[in-house]
Amino acid sequence: MVERILDVKNLKIDFHTYAGEVKAIRDVSFHLNKGETLAIVGESGSGKSVTTKSIMGLLANNARVIGGSIMYHGQDLLQKTEKEMQNIRGKDIAMIFQDPMTSLDPTMKIGQQIAEPLIKHKHMDKKKAWQQALEIMKLVGIQDAEQRINNYPHQFSGGMRQRIVIAIALVCYPEILIADEPTTALDVTIQAQILDLMKELQSKIETSIIFITHDLGVVAGMANRVAVMYAGEIIEYGTVDEIFFDPQHPYTWGLLNSMPTLSSTKLEAIPGTPPDLLDPPKGDPFAARNPYAMKIDAEKKPPFFKITDTHYAATWLLHPDAPKITPPAEIQRRWKIYAGMMKDKAK
Amino acid sequence: MTENRKKLLEVKHLKQYFNVGKANEVRAVDDVSFDIYEGETFGLVGESGSGKTTTGRSIIHLYQPTAGKIIFDGQDISKLKTRKEFLAFRRKMQMIFQDPYASLNPRMKIKDIVAEGLDIHHLAKNDQERSQIVEDLLETVGLNRDHSSRYPHEFSGGQRQRIGIARALAVRPKFIIADEPISALDVSIQAQVVNLLKELQEKHGLTYLFIAHDLSMVKYISDRIGVMHYGKLLEVGPADDVYEHPLHDYTASLISAVPVPDPEYERQRKQIVYDASQEKDLPDQPRKLREIVPGRFVRCSEAEIPKYRQRALAAEKQGANNY
Repeated sequence: MVERILDVKNLKIDFHTYAGEVKAIRDVSFHLNKGETLAIVGESGSGKSVTTKSIMGLLANNARVIGGSIMYHGQDLLQKTEKEMQNIRGKDIAMIFQDPMTSLDPTMKIGQQIAEPLIKHKHMDKKKAWQQALEIMKLVGIQDAEQRINNYPHQFSGGMRQRIVIAIALVCYPEILIADEPTTALDVTIQAQILDLMKELQSKIETSIIFITHDLGVVAGMANRVAVMYAGEIIEYGTVDEIFFDPQHPYTWGLLNSMPTLSSTKLEAIPGTPPDLLDPPKGDPFAARNPYAMKIDAEKKPPFFKITDTHYAATWLLHPDAPKITPPAEIQRRWKIYAGMMKDKAK
Repeated sequence: MTENRKKLLEVKHLKQYFNVGKANEVRAVDDVSFDIYEGETFGLVGESGSGKTTTGRSIIHLYQPTAGKIIFDGQDISKLKTRKEFLAFRRKMQMIFQDPYASLNPRMKIKDIVAEGLDIHHLAKNDQERSQIVEDLLETVGLNRDHSSRYPHEFSGGQRQRIGIARALAVRPKFIIADEPISALDVSIQAQVVNLLKELQEKHGLTYLFIAHDLSMVKYISDRIGVMHYGKLLEVGPADDVYEHPLHDYTASLISAVPVPDPEYERQRKQIVYDASQEKDLPDQPRKLREIVPGRFVRCSEAEIPKYRQRALAAEKQGANNY
């Protein structure tokens, strides 16, 4: 049995705004296995960043946790005080932010910034921490680390800065690394380098990663398991092969369909926009944009239907009484590949 | 096929330098030449700092080019002098911007944003006709007629980009420069906007210069692609050919870095690393854009032509085998 390192259960978070209560996270449950990479995919406003911020205890002041728990080593992170969280943050659970331009302190030498967590959490003396900072800089592929350690952030390019941010996050060898769109601000060639680096480091220091992104291409290359979020809920989760080759939720179909692949000739856009979470719809939140929506979708929220032990999707289409439908051609193509994979496995 | 089509835009040896003569001189665009034919979409790709946006801005004359010529619709735009000439030019060429949040004036109503071009060019006879045109435009881009009296903050990113498109269409241009029009949008909305641009092109016979860093999207929308790197145009050719059989090493490395939503493919992916130092210019062998096979251009020296020609022919053979 794989060890669950983090277990999020029935998480509900509201944001208080002038317009009313925005129900940003509506009953989200997932877990992170030791050593794996879990990708959380979704559009902006789907709640993927709020979820991870709640794990880190970094929610905005107007956020309110309505219910749920985040279990880490038998303790609920939501019950911890700010002081206790400060001892976990950066040491056991670390985070890489989206924008390498704003997540570094422009007035501090990067060596100092990398050594800071060591001095704070591991109570190292300055000299030793500096030495360790030098080592991790080499590990993340910064050339001439001995000289560069004395530089300031503005002396580095975007890709190099993101390497530094990764170095800071990894310097304490955290058990969990949360990467919130770590490559979105970077060029594709630099993105490829950073992703390769993250994969390599993961095997070296055995950390578990929660990877947040909206880019399905990045997910395909990085993740072991994938959770798809929509309108503050997880609507489908499974292994990377199950999500990409045997997707069951019409929203997952829509996402896969609206991305150009090497061979695609026509893009199928998802019509409309996500629902307003000030007043979330009663039934399936995706119903209004779903060409396969049925009457029940508007009335009752679908539960999770089990496809395999690892693969679940919340759509009424999986109910035994649901009518047979024909998914889009691109999805049928993917299903065929999946059928082939299953056959190979059976052999 | 392309020979007998009309060239709408000719860019000839365009150079756009900043801080000329100073220590911090930047050669943002360095000797770039390409043509855009009427009715096609030309995609310009490259990483940040490659000069693709500067090229677009020079074409619409937001900058005075350092050197080179831009001929649009048979007219050299550097020869434009009077306000009247500029007005006539800008009516034919419009731009769609990257950031739908920054490119709409938050204090103006949608109808005034969309109609600004109509007012400047006196295209509407009276108020009634003006609102009629605006409402028709909003409908064309997939918005509601009654959206016209709202303000930008009431719209989502995708809707704002549609408003930007309606504004560009208002003066009935021939040519639209779309500078990263979808990179600020969500995946599901990106496809909506790209499909809208395609639809409008068919309906109104528009010509696009589509600037983006997202290679897979550029390949999907463009007929031909130009690849830029460090201010230089390295490769030009039909979109499918460039994407599937890149000739220049840089193009190959760029394409190999694009993540594909297919785990099987990703597991086998090998990134090709491009070494820019191999491309050092030698004084006796000047590099410039040369035609390798009909329709496909690569920036190379005289001596390198056979190497690229071989690649192109190998690609053609492979393509023929596939059919």
